[in-house]
Amino acid sequence: MTFIKSTFRHPELPTNELGFTRQYYEGVLSTLCAGCGHDSISAAIVMAAFEANIEPHKVAKLSGIGCSSKTPAYFLVNSHGFNTVHGRMPSVATGANMANRDLQYIGISGDGDTASIGMGQFVHATRRNLNILYIVENNGCYGLTKGQDSATADRGSHSKKGAPSPYEGIDLCALALQLGATFVARSFSGDKHQLIPLIKAALKHKGFAFIDVISPCVTFNNNAGSTKGYEHVRDHLAATNTIDFVPERKELTTDYAEGSTQKVTLHDGSVMALHKVDENYDVSNKSAVTMSLLDYSERGEILTGLLYHDEESQDLHESLGTTDTPLNTLQEADLCPGNDVLEALNKSLR
Amino acid sequence: MNNVTAVNDLVIRFANVNGTGSASANDLFAKSLFRMGLPVSPKNIFPSNIQGLPTWYEVRVNDKGYLGRRLNVDMMVSVNPQSMEKDIKDVRAGGYFVYDNTKPLAQSWFRDDVTFIGLPLTRLCLENYADPRQQQLFKNIIYVGALSALLDIEFDVITDIIKEKFASKEKLIPPNILALELGRDFAKANYTCPSTLRVERRDMIGDKVLIDGNSATALGAVYAGATVAAWYPITPSTSCVDAFGAYCKQYREDGESGKNNYAIVQAEDELAAIGMVVGAMWNGARAFTATSGPGISLMSEFLGLAYYAEVPVVLFNIQRTGPSTGMPTRTQQSDVMACAYASHGDTKHVLLFPSTPKECFDMAAESFDLAEQLQTPVIMLSDLDLGMNDWVSEPFEWDDQREYKRGKVLSAEQLDDLTERWGRYNDTDGDGIPWRTLPGTHPTKGSYFTRGASRDEYAVYTEDSAAYKRNVDRLALKWETAKTLVVEAEFTPAASNTRVGLMYFGTTENAAIEAADRLTADDVLVDLCRIRSFPFTAAVEEFVSEHDLVFVAEQNRDAQMRTLLINELEVPPQQLAAVLNYDGMPITAGNICEQVHEYFATNEKSAAG
Repeated sequence: MTFIKSTFRHPELPTNELGFTRQYYEGVLSTLCAGCGHDSISAAIVMAAFEANIEPHKVAKLSGIGCSSKTPAYFLVNSHGFNTVHGRMPSVATGANMANRDLQYIGISGDGDTASIGMGQFVHATRRNLNILYIVENNGCYGLTKGQDSATADRGSHSKKGAPSPYEGIDLCALALQLGATFVARSFSGDKHQLIPLIKAALKHKGFAFIDVISPCVTFNNNAGSTKGYEHVRDHLAATNTIDFVPERKELTTDYAEGSTQKVTLHDGSVMALHKVDENYDVSNKSAVTMSLLDYSERGEILTGLLYHDEESQDLHESLGTTDTPLNTLQEADLCPGNDVLEALNKSLR
Repeated sequence: MNNVTAVNDLVIRFANVNGTGSASANDLFAKSLFRMGLPVSPKNIFPSNIQGLPTWYEVRVNDKGYLGRRLNVDMMVSVNPQSMEKDIKDVRAGGYFVYDNTKPLAQSWFRDDVTFIGLPLTRLCLENYADPRQQQLFKNIIYVGALSALLDIEFDVITDIIKEKFASKEKLIPPNILALELGRDFAKANYTCPSTLRVERRDMIGDKVLIDGNSATALGAVYAGATVAAWYPITPSTSCVDAFGAYCKQYREDGESGKNNYAIVQAEDELAAIGMVVGAMWNGARAFTATSGPGISLMSEFLGLAYYAEVPVVLFNIQRTGPSTGMPTRTQQSDVMACAYASHGDTKHVLLFPSTPKECFDMAAESFDLAEQLQTPVIMLSDLDLGMNDWVSEPFEWDDQREYKRGKVLSAEQLDDLTERWGRYNDTDGDGIPWRTLPGTHPTKGSYFTRGASRDEYAVYTEDSAAYKRNVDRLALKWETAKTLVVEAEFTPAASNTRVGLMYFGTTENAAIEAADRLTADDVLVDLCRIRSFPFTAAVEEFVSEHDLVFVAEQNRDAQMRTLLINELEVPPQQLAAVLNYDGMPITAGNICEQVHEYFATNEKSAAG
């Protein structure tokens, strides 16, 4: 590594409510290719966490294996991170979440990590409604092994050196929706105005918040003929909505025209104001959202924005009836029944 | 006919159909012998099936205290027409065959050297019970009643168990007692009671308990403070997690809120199950998973990560007959190598080998302390025989002064007090064990990025060869530390000096102890060593080096423990002789003795004495 990340920052950088500058939310210098979409996503996470006044040490960031999964090192340096096993981040995140329900969990995965090797774990973490922000940095190819098609590559799309993909591409948003994800969004690494408020909202959601971020691979899949390259994605974006994120305790002051805005209340009382592009689009109507995803996909358009949100979301801890106290803070006195109980038990076994 | 004559030294086998309610009658039988102060070792021999196939239950009573399996069925109680022809053949000459004679038995099946005791089980049930379900269930209780007369079991002992069992459903007591009486009275009226096989009260149980190993393991996890269990159903480990759930329901509900001070997640597969354990323990909760052979294969990748990233993991492996799907309902000790070196790259794991339910409890609890102290996976290797059968065991004890050993975890205060830069993989104490931090501990100190390889002492990414080597060498040093922390082996010297040893572990203990007594009677003296953990302690190494010849008895084809000893202790292979049993049934003392004698016969070398 010949680069050294500059530590110089303007002395009057603004601070958030916690008194931290944006710099405080950064990570180490990225080793990804220049122009990689993933770096824009890391930057968006930094910005979202800064703006949402997140305490970094109350976040755990987990990832699988691949280019995407390297990125948790590039944001929130004061958070613990875990670069786990290829495709198995959801299980590690599940265990971590069971141990401490008070932390916020950010899971970073790629399309290979989630849609192929890790499909089983993704499916089951989703259906358990694990409380996590799960981002797939989706570039349609395997970057770290030099450009093989992934399972989200669209049929007919081809990478720099490849032939057109003969297989159906997996739409992870449609899948997440069907599996019971309670927050489903899609965005584009090149659209931070959409992505940052989505991440902020997802961080406030209690349950499985899934964001599929199209994130072009500049080295292997940014060519003409690829449906995951910058040019193609920009030309085919269709946003359901643009978003204002209104944190908890702040009043929603802007007046929005009747019918064009949908307010979505998040777990902590924060509100998302969705300025709808399509007046008929309702983010709480699961079957209609499913149909829309299909319609747009058939037209070759990439539907982005907040696609679905369930205000009634119950996360895994609620399903299991776990105590409100994080399990990893319980002590011997709470956990060990003691010798008297054993003696009674022994008696019952004679 | 010369009937086998025996007091308190019997093997009774019950031939049932699974799913017909025979299990509770058989438990009743075994428990009544236990209550008469007699050592019993009941074993279920069952198919991988839920309803309709033959299943057997074998009880050995032995007032010398031998609890291993013994061949030669003295009395067969057969209520399964499906297996009856073979069951008759399995009775030893001079033994008894007890059967339902409501329908006549094929003449050709009768044997001259076996006493046939017909009981009209079906007829008695039809005459005395109206409910079809009861007509089926009480057949089983009636034969227990008949056995009480034939074997001289104290009738009050049996009825007391019935009364305790149905204390909350009192109306079930009279029909059960009626069934017992029907059996007893019929046997007394039609056959010589007791037979030449009988039992007598002894005082050999004391304060011992009767329980299966999986329940004991689960209880150990509860006492050790495990709060997260993640698992995927697989025989024979399932009952371990079931028991954990039941104990948690009883002991772990929060008094005020009624919420659970535990979380049990049924995972989508074994990969996810262990991934959850890794995540939970990385985050500071005590967590475990339970599985069997095929699960170990699937968990191997994560075991490597946990070894290398130094995340504690507790895994209970209830071994069954492998490989592949193997025989899921039969026992074996065949995952020794798979567990010792699970995963790719250079990996070694701490193993514990319990022999009794008490040890399942103790070692399950110990696993958590060891895993957290050593920051590495700990695998406890039980097996189907221990896990799923009831055993006479020492009672459970817990020292209320005991504190969990949570290992080297830095608190926020400790992080603030550090004068030097903290490194997650920095060996500051010289024992190979670095200090770790938990997520959420401190706003600005102690965060790090956990990954498998490619990092230095400060958890900073590097692909530097020297840093990699320093790290794996430190892990080897940690392995040396592990040798001082694991459970010591148990040594039982022979009556006088000998150059021959016998090593064994887990459920092979029962047969080995009995075999040692028999070998002594044959003038072959053996010093005994029961291995209880891996890495091998210095004392185990010494035991091997102090004997010219060491038999290693185990229940697998490839002599896996022997291989492990040869490999780890660099022992000449000729010094260790394999004694093996791998047909899926528990090893017997007779089998061990035979192989030892055969060894001496073949090698024409009497190292004995």
